[in-house]
Amino acid sequence: MINRIIILCASLLLSMTVLAELEIQITQGVDNPTSIAVVPFGWQGKGKLPENIANITASDLERSGLFRPIDPDNLLDLPRPGDKVFYRDWSILGAEYILTGNLEVRNNQYFLKYELHDVFAQKKAFSLTVEAGLSELRAIAHFVSDKVYEHITGIKGVFSTKIIYVEAINKDSYKLVVADADGERPSVLVQSKHPMLSPNWSPDGTSVTYVSFETGRPAIFIQNIRTQAREQVTNFRGLNGAPVWSPNGKKLAMVLSKDGNPEIYTLDLKTRMFTRITKHFSIDTEPNWARDGQSIIFTSNRGGKPQIYQVTLASGRVERLTFEGDYNARPRVSPDGKSLIMVHRSERSGTFHIASQDIATGDLRILTETHLDESPTIAPNGAMLLYATRYKGKGILAAVSLDAGVKYRLPSKKGDVREPAWSPFLY
Amino acid sequence: MITKAFKQTMGLACVLAVLSGCSSTSTQEDAANAGGVTTGSAATNGVNANDNLDGLANLQSVVYFDFDQSMLGSETRAILIAHAEALKAAPRSVRLQGHADERGSREYNMALGERRGNAVRDFLVLQGVDSSLLETISYGEEYPAVLGSFEKAYEQNRRVEIK
Repeated sequence: MINRIIILCASLLLSMTVLAELEIQITQGVDNPTSIAVVPFGWQGKGKLPENIANITASDLERSGLFRPIDPDNLLDLPRPGDKVFYRDWSILGAEYILTGNLEVRNNQYFLKYELHDVFAQKKAFSLTVEAGLSELRAIAHFVSDKVYEHITGIKGVFSTKIIYVEAINKDSYKLVVADADGERPSVLVQSKHPMLSPNWSPDGTSVTYVSFETGRPAIFIQNIRTQAREQVTNFRGLNGAPVWSPNGKKLAMVLSKDGNPEIYTLDLKTRMFTRITKHFSIDTEPNWARDGQSIIFTSNRGGKPQIYQVTLASGRVERLTFEGDYNARPRVSPDGKSLIMVHRSERSGTFHIASQDIATGDLRILTETHLDESPTIAPNGAMLLYATRYKGKGILAAVSLDAGVKYRLPSKKGDVREPAWSPFLY
Repeated sequence: MITKAFKQTMGLACVLAVLSGCSSTSTQEDAANAGGVTTGSAATNGVNANDNLDGLANLQSVVYFDFDQSMLGSETRAILIAHAEALKAAPRSVRLQGHADERGSREYNMALGERRGNAVRDFLVLQGVDSSLLETISYGEEYPAVLGSFEKAYEQNRRVEIK
């Protein structure tokens, strides 16, 4: 193997200084978002902080579509944790919740005390402290967002998760980029002169697998996010594509055409044994594991056009899952196992959208209104999905909630951004 | 008079046609290259018995496909027959690079690009080309020939490049 071009340059400190390459534009929210006053946090240190934690938290909550932060200019009082809160005043302002915070620094370690108040119940919901180094102030903000989101919605927040995506600068320059879920703190994991695609996270969030053309042919790689150690795991003639980790992290499913035809295989990462799963003369590709790891859902054109099928690993029995539309591909299963998310084209519109199908009833719902939508990836809490689309002639990432009520875009400022993959929960 | 004038005009037209025909043969290579987009005529441009070594340069090196299809049309088959003749006369290694347009999902398009490359490979082998000379590689939708999200671009991007 000729290992031509791997320039590895990722450092948290470096990426802190890089301007955000993605910016959030909220295009649609829910009808009745919860009103929350995020009071500017106190700061008991010298100089100006590099990050405004309260602002980041307010943006996180707003982006979820479920919250409407009150403009800080309209706040009548600026309480800190421990201060008495006059609930009636906040009720008049329309606030349903109040978040206060105070940041201190001791021995270069930053301590944020933060409190959530429930205005309707007229009581303190919780009072907590979180600490981190200077380079992790954004991480502190996302951590606080997760706590607030989970307390109010009952759903675990995904503000502290990561995303990975491919950025194509031009036809000779590609980057595999890891960033916070809000697109900030991008850091380049791999830079290459050749295309990369299909990044996918290990279930423990430590590693990713992806396809790279750097050897001149497509090959599957595994790379550790922290150490950046990487390994080429396939080098077959033909397709080496669409790698996805099994739920228990012990296997990859992938597509190989080494036997002459694109078929689904699994690779046992310990024994390095490949097992062929499908046997059909048509295209079988884009495997995704069922939540229980007992079956694999994949794209096949064995019926003449691409549709979604499910193969049970123990029996090899194949069942067709999609019937609506003349193009259904790249399936992903929601964390609760109830919904199938995919690229869908209806015969009527002829355009490609992201759709959700209820696995039990078969009911299909189109979630997006953008064009050329592809590569959906679901947040680990199942509330949102990210996908690739085109906007003003450029490849960008966009998000939509699984009930289609919330939509936002993450526009790129440089290259074409594509192939997003949302990490699992990282703690 | 009218008839005579008509005959003279026709005669002149014939002479011009022959002349332009002659001049076009001298620039045949340019014409074939410029015609990389069109289909069909290139096959007849082609390869005669004593022109084999230069034949490939004159052949249309890209063939096109319908959306989500890897079937070879009659024009494509005519082009490939000419390629097969040239390869049999002067064997060399050839890469068949399969591509798809940007619509649909990326990995499915990788498989579709391979399907197209294999369809070209299988046809060439049927024509008597040594299969060990042919390698298929798919780039899916990663390298469009024409940028843009419109049908004219898509038509140019659903292709196999014979290299």
